[in-house]
Amino acid sequence: MLTLEGLSFTEADFTLQADLALDPGARVAVVGPSGAGKSTLLDLIAGFRTPQAGRVLWQGQDITAAPPDRRPVALLFQENNLFPHLDLMRNLGLALRPDGRRLRGPERERVLAALARVGLEGMEARRPGALSGGQQSRAALARVLLQARPILALDEPFAALGPALKAQMLDLLREVAEDLGALVLLVSHDPEDARRFAQATVLVAEGRAHPPVATEALFADPPPALRAYLGTGSGTE
Amino acid sequence: MKAITFAAGCLAASSALAQDAVLTVYAGDYIVSEWGPGPRIEEMFEARCNCDLQFRPGDLLPRLLLEGARTEADVVFGLNTDVTKQARESGLFAPHGVDLAPLTLPIDWQDDTFLPYNYGHTAFVYNSDRLAEPPQSFQALLDAPDDLKIVLQDPRSSISGLALVLWVQAVFGEEAEAAWAKLAPKILTVTRGWSESYGLFTEGEADMVLSYTTSPAYHIIAEDDRSKKAAIFPEGHYLMVELAAKVASTDQPELAQQFMEFLLTPEFQEMIATGNWSFPAALPRESWPEGFRELDLPETVLFYSEDEAAALRDESIEAWRRALSQ
Amino acid sequence: MSLRALPAAVAALAVAGLVLGPVAAVLWRAGDWGRLGPGDWQALRFTLWQALLSAAVSTVLAVPLARALARRRFAGRGLLVALLGAPFILPTLVAVLGLVAVFGQNGVLNGALRAAGLPTLSIYGLHGVVLAHVFFNLPLATRLLLQGWHAIPAERFRLAASLGLSPWALFRTLEAPMLTRIAPGAFAVIFVICLSSFAVALTLGGGPRATTVELAIYQAVRFDFDLGRAALLSVVQLGLALAAGLVALRLGAGAGFGAGLDRVLPRWDARGGWSRGLDALWIGLAALFLLLPLALVAARGLPGLLLLDAGIWQAASHSLSVALASTLLCLIWALALASRWGEVVGLAGIAVSPLVLGTGLFLILQPLVNPLSLALPVTTLVNALMALPFALRILRPQAQAARQDYGRLAQALGLTPLAWLRLVLLPRLRRPLGFAAGLTAALSIGDLGVIALFANPDRATLPLQVYRLMGSYQMDAATGAALLLLVLSFGAFWLFDRGGRMGADA
Repeated sequence: MLTLEGLSFTEADFTLQADLALDPGARVAVVGPSGAGKSTLLDLIAGFRTPQAGRVLWQGQDITAAPPDRRPVALLFQENNLFPHLDLMRNLGLALRPDGRRLRGPERERVLAALARVGLEGMEARRPGALSGGQQSRAALARVLLQARPILALDEPFAALGPALKAQMLDLLREVAEDLGALVLLVSHDPEDARRFAQATVLVAEGRAHPPVATEALFADPPPALRAYLGTGSGTE
Repeated sequence: MKAITFAAGCLAASSALAQDAVLTVYAGDYIVSEWGPGPRIEEMFEARCNCDLQFRPGDLLPRLLLEGARTEADVVFGLNTDVTKQARESGLFAPHGVDLAPLTLPIDWQDDTFLPYNYGHTAFVYNSDRLAEPPQSFQALLDAPDDLKIVLQDPRSSISGLALVLWVQAVFGEEAEAAWAKLAPKILTVTRGWSESYGLFTEGEADMVLSYTTSPAYHIIAEDDRSKKAAIFPEGHYLMVELAAKVASTDQPELAQQFMEFLLTPEFQEMIATGNWSFPAALPRESWPEGFRELDLPETVLFYSEDEAAALRDESIEAWRRALSQ
Repeated sequence: MSLRALPAAVAALAVAGLVLGPVAAVLWRAGDWGRLGPGDWQALRFTLWQALLSAAVSTVLAVPLARALARRRFAGRGLLVALLGAPFILPTLVAVLGLVAVFGQNGVLNGALRAAGLPTLSIYGLHGVVLAHVFFNLPLATRLLLQGWHAIPAERFRLAASLGLSPWALFRTLEAPMLTRIAPGAFAVIFVICLSSFAVALTLGGGPRATTVELAIYQAVRFDFDLGRAALLSVVQLGLALAAGLVALRLGAGAGFGAGLDRVLPRWDARGGWSRGLDALWIGLAALFLLLPLALVAARGLPGLLLLDAGIWQAASHSLSVALASTLLCLIWALALASRWGEVVGLAGIAVSPLVLGTGLFLILQPLVNPLSLALPVTTLVNALMALPFALRILRPQAQAARQDYGRLAQALGLTPLAWLRLVLLPRLRRPLGFAAGLTAALSIGDLGVIALFANPDRATLPLQVYRLMGSYQMDAATGAALLLLVLSFGAFWLFDRGGRMGADA
């Protein structure tokens, strides 16, 4: 169980409060208006920002003060998920060996297997610049797969992809999450993503991250904050 | 095996050297360089002293003043008149005890601390191929048309530049600042040191350069070029003497003494003319090397004692600065 | 976190200690501060004025030149970019002779004017000082700005092309923001170098009107032995430099461009005949201005090469080994200090008078060891310190960009500091590292070393030999040695710089 307990974060005139709990293995969408604090919520969970008050707990353990790499979280950013000057083998290898040393045989095998799992067989010697956008997303997912953390947090990772490709990636994400048995938090602008992917949805609006609600139910009868968002901002980036 | 023998040989050689007494001589950079007189002085003196003469190049006086009595120097070689007052007042030097009778300087020299070994006069040097009719006097230089270009050295950073402002002071006295004002339009530029000025002159930038009466000797002897001449002015030329002194705290007093005596020997004096491109301080003119004997010498020699020079220095530099900053 | 800040703190303390320690030692020895005379105030005014003008002209002229170089591809471009670095690394004495050969009374330019029946120009005066400083620093400014252009990801230019932005619109949206970030730093670094100009300013300034603070320091140390005044003047100089650094820091703030995918893409903008012609004109004029004096120095030095003897080669090898050691030290130093405030600290390295630095170090070392035995290590250290501001200016923007773009990813992966350095920072900085290394090595080879106080007869460096030759009427051998110096410093610069750019482009 991931628990955000009385969490409060303030920066200039921006505030975000969260008091909620998420089940291990769940697939959760995070939606809300632009600037409401979706990315901030992920940063708080992943450890890139520190709350002024409250605690972050994973399976009952307080991880509020832990640095990002000591948390059970693997984070996919909007961009810069791969080092452009390293080939995929080295890029993904860093997930296994953060000290950057040479990979041992079995570790290489794991990287190759992860690449194969996301459909990038034989591409381990390529650099990110030599991949298409979809392939870059796949490589980033392979990296997450290797990190094998129990929580996956994704900050609009597929925003730049076309609808068909995005659907493919969401399916792949679901498979990866199932392989890992991980709790997935997916930030998205697109209500379609939430419907397609997530059993539950967290609405971030008006300075609050609301507790998760079943996705279908939420969109069937949207609360006023969500309604305003869907009415004005849906579908465009 | 060979390596060990070789190493042992080196050790033996260096320890043999180490047993020799070392005479440490602080000297100006231009003296120590392989084109200066340093290497020859070292060779000649070591042949007679059975010691190891080691030159230390660099800023003579500042370095000595920084080190004070802790200095390793036994002898200082290359000091200039005009700055001896500060050196004397440091109390770091001992009397040289050398008989001054052999001196052939154009002035009477009775200093018991600073020993002259060569001299020259400030002078404007020109290329006679380019400047057929050089000014015949200092006044004529002031009155020359403004397209006659000269290059000088800065009196605040160069010893020859300082000698120049004292020269102007000696020639024009109260009128020094006015003289500078007349000279100003002809001054192409002022450089930090002699090398930069002389470089500009040889590049053909200027008609005349502030240098020494002895400069033409270099071109005559080393290059067989008689086109470079020093303009000799009837008002007189300012004398510059180079000096050596014995450091009071020396741990080699005998060697230091022997070195001081060596400076006035004919052997050294015959060498120093072409070694340092200057007139020997203790050698009659007829014994000078060929190229030096044919040089024009000023009839009148101007010189300020160190007290006079120290008293006039700030005012002369300030007059120069004011007139040239207009 | 504290582990990451530690190297920066150590590096900053080392700079502060190396700069303030010697100044304090000089002051302590003097007993009290000296006083400034009326001449000093004039010197201070002139120093500020010429440094401002020189830095402004260099930076402004560098904009069209760097822009032209950034958007044109032509045969020999790489060589030209490298050659343009040469004036900066030339020993001042040699450079002045080169400039005089072109712009002097008897130079190429006036020769041409005379032949055409036109009045001649004089190089001597404030304009000459600025001309010389621009000659030295335009290449540096150009390379720094060119780096800024290279740091704009190709993706942004692609976006601009797809929007069909006009050259002016492209300038306003992409290039101007980059310039407002990069140019103030370039300006500050050049301003600070020009603050301590001395021989160039005096020689081309035409007389005591062109007196700088550094000359006053020289007089105080070497002629008057007035250490209090020297200390006071060097503190004034330091203060000016730090003020310039702080202003640049404020002005140069602002967001970067984000990361790209390291693709090299052709540029689509500026295809018109006008802009092509204009770019060609800029590149041609700059090449002529910067390379002609060098060519004349080289031509003049060729016969002199035959006059060189074993001493010169030994001096050259000393210079080279010092240069390599300084380069390594300087790069480590700069990597640790590569942050905005670190850059301000680093400026102190060129802001402090070398003469005061040498005197202070001498005073500090003298009770402990014979300073002469430390001639080469001290020279290495001081050369690294003096090159530090340039290395920082070159490395800092991209080091920060790397941290900004990939810091989170590295943190998320839990990269160890060593892995970050080896796998991310150094590879990301390859191009600027090569440039910085080349510049440091060249500056070190061309530097006169730590002043005559530490001069050791057996360990002379090449520039010292050049001065000695000139001081002994050996003008021809001196020009030969100067050419050798030019070839060596340029060779070192080219090797490192080329090494950095190779592979970084691919």
